[in-house]
Amino acid sequence: MADRKRKYGRAVFADDPGDQRKRTVFPVPAVLLFAAVVVAGMLLRESAMETDFVRKNLPPCAGHLFGTDRMGRDMLARTLAGLSYSILLGLLSSAVSAGIALFLAFLSSLGKAADAAVTWLTDLMMGVPHMILLVLISCAMGKGFAGVAAGVALTHWPGLCRLLRAEILQQTESLWAGIARKLGKSRWYIARTHFLPHLLPQLLVGLTLQFPHAVLHEAGITFLGFGLPPDEPAIGIILSESMAYLSTGKWWLALFPGLALMLTVVFFERMGNALRAAVNPSEVHLVK
Amino acid sequence: MAEEAANVIRFLLKKMLKAAVLLAGVSILAFALVSLSPIDPVRANTGTTAYLRMSPEKRAQMDSYWGKELPAAERYLNWAADFVRGDMGMSQKYNRPVAEVISEKAGNSLALMGTAWVCSGILGFILGAVAGCFRDRRPDKVIRGGALLLAATPSFWLALLLIMVFSVWLRWLPFGMNIPIGVSHSEVGIADRIAHLILPALTLSLTKTADITLHTRQKMLDIMESDYVLFARARGERGSRIVRRHALRNILLPAITLQFSSVSRIFGGSVLVEQVFSYPGLGQAAVDAGLGSDVSLLLAITVFSALLVFTGNLIADLLYGIADPQIRRGRSHG
Repeated sequence: MADRKRKYGRAVFADDPGDQRKRTVFPVPAVLLFAAVVVAGMLLRESAMETDFVRKNLPPCAGHLFGTDRMGRDMLARTLAGLSYSILLGLLSSAVSAGIALFLAFLSSLGKAADAAVTWLTDLMMGVPHMILLVLISCAMGKGFAGVAAGVALTHWPGLCRLLRAEILQQTESLWAGIARKLGKSRWYIARTHFLPHLLPQLLVGLTLQFPHAVLHEAGITFLGFGLPPDEPAIGIILSESMAYLSTGKWWLALFPGLALMLTVVFFERMGNALRAAVNPSEVHLVK
Repeated sequence: MAEEAANVIRFLLKKMLKAAVLLAGVSILAFALVSLSPIDPVRANTGTTAYLRMSPEKRAQMDSYWGKELPAAERYLNWAADFVRGDMGMSQKYNRPVAEVISEKAGNSLALMGTAWVCSGILGFILGAVAGCFRDRRPDKVIRGGALLLAATPSFWLALLLIMVFSVWLRWLPFGMNIPIGVSHSEVGIADRIAHLILPALTLSLTKTADITLHTRQKMLDIMESDYVLFARARGERGSRIVRRHALRNILLPAITLQFSSVSRIFGGSVLVEQVFSYPGLGQAAVDAGLGSDVSLLLAITVFSALLVFTGNLIADLLYGIADPQIRRGRSHG
């Protein structure tokens, strides 16, 4: 009984504006933190490649918080540089994916055949395991940075596209869209003034929630050896290098870079959920 | 009853036709992507030095062997016709017919994916159901927090952590490869094989459990708030009885369906996990093929993986078709 009371209590007090604002404000310190990581990573790019054989294979200590590797490179600098690369690529690819999703969703609202084509394409992309798709695209681009960037940017739209398509479908049925059509407004006008404002919040949330996937896929495909050349600092490369030194007990090579990546993903996921709560309050308030 | 059976069959045939068309689409997409590759198949497969030493006549001969002067559409049709007949070409990387490589690797992969698939399904279902029953109380908080954290963990990093703990520190389990080094294939006992399967399967299960747990929890929450559960409460039914009689029955079908439609994700995960443990399965072969520009092997693995995914989706649809009276009675679903 006490349980139920608490549940109803929560439903009522979820309207408390303070609570809601706190959820929305949460991203600010996180955003600052990650902006700092990106900048620090870019600045540290040089020192991340710097070798110094006097200080090689040091476990974590005061001078090198994350330790050093077999060539005496500072692992903290390498991790930050790799993280900044991951975050930038993740942002780029979620933005591109959101753009593709929006474009295809609008395309599908143009007619039955277009809708069928978009649905088919979405199903097609979802039918191939994501990693395999990334390998194929990386091959098509001749591997290297371009292959990874294209692969991650071009493959994260299907989920969001489905969401937006359903939203547009719902909007097409709406009263105001019907009236606008009767008034003789063009499709493009209706899409821009009536559909787009409804889609923007969804798009923003989808973009943020796409980011963790993009980052994990980027690290994964780089880990497999399709990305940057092996001396560049990227989380995937750092981790794949660390594999050779696991058996000799150099745990710090793998632990900290992976942990940093995980924390990044957790932060962005929380940010996406907080954003969803902010733009879509009805979903949060509903006692589900 | 007969009409219902006919409807289910019609529904299935429609789905199978759709899957076949999609599969053809996948093969075209994959073929287009590997054809786009700027890496010259002749050069990649003969080696640069050998290629440079070749006479122009020999080069032309190699080019025509690889069908380089044919238009892409024609090359695709030739490849597809051979593929359907079971001739998947030669793998350059393994220097054996692709069909042979695939059938050998698929066995290893299916053992790994199957184990992880079953374990994560059962564990995820139990954890999700428990979390859903104890909404916002301690078990829910612990399970949900753990699942969210696990969902954010890169699977290959988790694999590295497990290796560090179980293979390097504790020395309980072997490092990688599905058979010990220096032992021939026939002498390997079943115990050895299982010992080499544990860590990869554990990694893959853990990353997938998070997903299933969160989904099942959400379904459980929906049901615990439903009218029929409220009505059962009003009738005086209590805790475990409600869960047993009303909730579990209703979340079982969505859970099983989700399980079958998650084949794509488990295959994707296995690519990374197999690489870490140097487990000789399809995922590792796909990476080898991709890195070494072994076109025919890469294409065959892509089609195979898509086939696996579509089979999973088809089974999910079939389960829905049998269990959902709307489909049984011939109305379209969703």
